[in-house]
Amino acid sequence: MSPPLEHDCNVLTERICSATAAGDGILNLKETELRLGLPGSESPVRDDKVGLTLELLPPKSFFTGAKRGFADALDAGAGKWGLAAGGGGSEKEMSKGGALFSPKREGASGGKTTVLGSAAKDEGTKAAGRDSNISVGNSDEIQREIAPAAKAQVVGWPPIRSYRKNTMATNPPKNKEMDGKHGFGCLYVKVSMDGAPYLRKVDLITYSDYKELSLSLDKMFSGFTIGHCSSQEIPMRDGLSESRLLDLLNGSEYVLTYEDKDGDWMLVGDVPWKMFIDSCRRLRIMKGSDAIGLAPRAMEKCKNRN
Amino acid sequence: MVGRFRWAAMFPDEVWEHVFSFLTSDGDRNAAALVCRNWNRIERRSRKRVFVGNCYSVAPTVAVRLFPEVRAAVIKGKPHFADFNLVPSDWGGGAEAWVEAMAEGWPNLEELRFKRMVVSDDCLDLIARSFKNFKVLSLVSCDGFSTSGLAAIAANCRHLRELNLRESEVEETCLNWISHFPEPFTSLVALDIACLEGEVNASILERLISRCSNIMTLRLNHSVPLERLVGLLQRAPQLMDLGTGKFSARHNPQLFSRLESAIVGCKNLRSLSGFWEPGLTYLPAVYSICEGLTSLNLNYATVQNPELVKIISRCKNLRRLLVMDLIEDSGLVAVASSCKLLQELRVFPSDPYDAAEPVSLTEHGLVAVSAGCPMLHSVLYFCRQMTNAALLTVAKNRPNLTCFRLCIIEPHTRDYVTQEPLDTGFSAIVESCKDLRRLSLSGLLTDLVFKSIGASANYLEMLSIAFAGDGDMGLHYILSGCKNLRKLEIRDCPFGDKPLLQNASKLETMRSLWMSSCSVTLGACRQLARAMPRLNVEVINESGRGPLAAQPDNCPVEKLYIYRTIAGPRTDTPQCVWTV
Repeated sequence: MSPPLEHDCNVLTERICSATAAGDGILNLKETELRLGLPGSESPVRDDKVGLTLELLPPKSFFTGAKRGFADALDAGAGKWGLAAGGGGSEKEMSKGGALFSPKREGASGGKTTVLGSAAKDEGTKAAGRDSNISVGNSDEIQREIAPAAKAQVVGWPPIRSYRKNTMATNPPKNKEMDGKHGFGCLYVKVSMDGAPYLRKVDLITYSDYKELSLSLDKMFSGFTIGHCSSQEIPMRDGLSESRLLDLLNGSEYVLTYEDKDGDWMLVGDVPWKMFIDSCRRLRIMKGSDAIGLAPRAMEKCKNRN
Repeated sequence: MVGRFRWAAMFPDEVWEHVFSFLTSDGDRNAAALVCRNWNRIERRSRKRVFVGNCYSVAPTVAVRLFPEVRAAVIKGKPHFADFNLVPSDWGGGAEAWVEAMAEGWPNLEELRFKRMVVSDDCLDLIARSFKNFKVLSLVSCDGFSTSGLAAIAANCRHLRELNLRESEVEETCLNWISHFPEPFTSLVALDIACLEGEVNASILERLISRCSNIMTLRLNHSVPLERLVGLLQRAPQLMDLGTGKFSARHNPQLFSRLESAIVGCKNLRSLSGFWEPGLTYLPAVYSICEGLTSLNLNYATVQNPELVKIISRCKNLRRLLVMDLIEDSGLVAVASSCKLLQELRVFPSDPYDAAEPVSLTEHGLVAVSAGCPMLHSVLYFCRQMTNAALLTVAKNRPNLTCFRLCIIEPHTRDYVTQEPLDTGFSAIVESCKDLRRLSLSGLLTDLVFKSIGASANYLEMLSIAFAGDGDMGLHYILSGCKNLRKLEIRDCPFGDKPLLQNASKLETMRSLWMSSCSVTLGACRQLARAMPRLNVEVINESGRGPLAAQPDNCPVEKLYIYRTIAGPRTDTPQCVWTV
C-alpha cells in the first residue's frame, strides 16, 4: 500500500491539529461522530459515559513514549473500580477491569465500585486471583450488586476457541436480530506495529470507544518508544513538557490505522465507533510518513457511505 | 538379560527391530525402551514415529539425534488455554528450531503434524525443500503463515498426500496458491482448507480434484458456493469425508436436484461437515446419505431444532455428532432415540454471551442422551443450568465415560433446584466413570469435589478447572491424588503457594501445569524452580511492571506455566514471560 505522494503532508497534520485542539492530547480517537464541519473545526470534548474507568487515568496522548507504570494510574483514582483491580497490559485489561467483569453497560459501575473498591486500593500489583477469592466467597452478593441486566464478560470465558468465535461473528445465527450488536460477542483483530517483532490481538467488542482502544494499545505497545505528532501544542496534564516528549520520541510519529472490509487502509477515528468495529479487520500502528494520504481517502469513503 | 533368556540376548539387533515394529503405540515402545540398555538403544534407533507433547520439553537437535530413523513427528506448542486467548500471542511455540533440526537430521521425514505452534512461511519453505518423500502436513490451530507458504508446499512436495489446516489462522497473501500444485501432481488424498477466510478458486480446485483420483477427504471453506460443490462432488464420487462450503443459494430446483444426485453419487460418504450459512431449502439434499454417516459436524450450522432433527434422526449409524445448542432438549431426545451407536457428542453454544433469547437446552438433553446412547463415552456440553441429580443420573447411566467436559456458561452457577454447589454431581461422575481420562469442571464447586477427584480419578490425564474451590486444599487434593494426571489447567481459583510447594515432585510426573488468576506468589515460583531443576517455571506478567527479577517474593503471579523439560530454560521468551 503506497499512499499517493501528491497529498499534502499538511492534511495529516491538520487532522491531528483538530484532534489536539479538542484538548485532550489524544489523536481525537474518541470522537464518535462524523461532523460536517471543516477540517480543523473544534469538536467539544465529551465525557465518556462508560468513563467509570477512564476518568481515573490522566488523559495522555495516544502514545506517551514514557513507559507509564500501571500503578500511577491506580494512585490517581483508587476509588474507581474500573481498571484498578485488574492486571494490566493484556489486551483485555481495559475492559476486563476486575478479575471477572467488564464495565460494558451503564448501571454496572455503581454497584461494582463499592464491592471491589476496596480491592482497588491496593497497588496495581494485586493479583486478579485475589479478586476471584472475593468473588468466590461472596459470589451471591457480588452478583446482586452488579446490575443484573449487565452481561458480564470474562476473559476467555466461556471457553470457546477464538477461531470459532471469529467464524461465528462473521456468520451470525440467522434467527437473531443483530441491531448493531455482535451476536457472538467478540471480534478479534490483529494489531501490528511497524518495527515491533510481534503481533497482538485485541477484541474490539470489549471497548466502547476509541479512547479505550487507544489506551489499551498504548499499554500493549508501550515497550517501544513511540511517538505522537510533534508539531502541536500537546496539553500534557501529566507533567511531561512538549520538548521533553520530543526528546523521548526522537521525532518519530506513529499513527493508528486499520484495514477495513474492502481492504483499504484508513485512519482510525474517522468514522463513528460502531461503524468502525463493523468494518475493521485489522489494526496497524504505522509510521506517520506512511500514513500520508489516508485521511482524504477516509473522508471520501465516509462521504460515499453517507 | 540373564538366565532363561540368554538365548534372546544373542539375537542380532535387526531381529529386535523387527519385533519392535509390531509395537504400534508409543507407550509400548517407551516401555520396551526401559527394559535394558540394549533395548533402549535398538528401540530408539529404529523408532519411526515420535510424539512431542510439549515442544520445549526437549531440544530439537537432541530429539533428532536420539531418533535418527523417524518418519513421522507430532509436535505440540502452546498451552491449551491459548485457544481462549489466555496466553500472550508472542509467548512462543515457534516451529523454526524444530524444522531446522529436522531438515538437518531427518531427510526422510514423511509426516509432520504441528498443533498450536507458530509456523512461519520460511518454515513451510524449508519443509517444502528438505524432505524428498514428504507426504503429510498437518497444521492444527497454528498461525504465523500465509498462503504463500502453502504455495511453496504445493509446488515442491511431489508426493503430498495430506494437507490439513484445521482451525489455523492463515494470512491470505497468495491468491491462487492451489494453482501451484503442478499438473503431474496426483497424489492428494486429504485436503482440509476449511479455515481459510478468503476466496478459493473453485475451477482450479476442480482441476486438482479431477486428477487426484485417490482423494478421500475434502473440506472446503465457506467461499465455495453450492453450485461449485456439485462439480467437485461429481469429480470425486469416491469421497468419504466432505466439508461443504456455503450451503445456501437462491432458490433453484435444478440446482437442488443436481446437488442431491451428486451427493447420492458419493456412495462412500461417511463424514459430513461445513454447512456454512445453511439455507433451509438445500439441507434436504443430504438426507439420502444420512444413513451411512458416522460423523456429522453441524456446529456452524445455524438452523433451528426442526431442521436439525430432520437430518440427525436419519443418521442411524452416527458415531460422532457436533451440533449447536439450537438442537435443544427435544432434539437431543430425538438423538437419543435415533443414534444408538453414538460415541461422541459435542454441543456448542450459539450465543454464549447474551442470554437475551436463551435456547431451551438444559440438563435434560444431556440426561436423555446418556440414557439412550449406550456407547456414549465422550461429551462436551455447553449449557446454562445443571443439577446434581442430573449429573448423578448421567454417572449412573454412563460409567463408560472417558471424556466429560461440562461448561455451565455462568461461573459459580449452583444446582438451580437445590441451590447447592455441584460437588456431589461431579463426584458421582469421577466415582462411577472409572476410565475417565479427561474432565472439565464448571459451576459452583467447593474443595469437596477435589477431594473426590483426587481419590477416585485414577486414570484422569487432563483436568480443567475454572472459578472453583475454596482454598489451597482443593489443589492439594488433586496434586496428591490423580496418579495419571498429565495436564492440569486452572484459572480463577483461590489456589496458592502451599499446595504447589508441597507437591513439587508431582509436577515432574506431569507434562504441564497452567495457573492463571490464582493466588500464587513469585516467591513460591522461585522456591519451586530452585528445588526442581528439571521443571521450567514460567511466570507471565503482562502488566509491564518492570523486570520480574527485581520484584519481591510476595509479588503475585498473574499467569504461571510449569512444564517438565530436559532442555533447560528456553531462549525465546518474550518480554512478558520470565523463566524463574
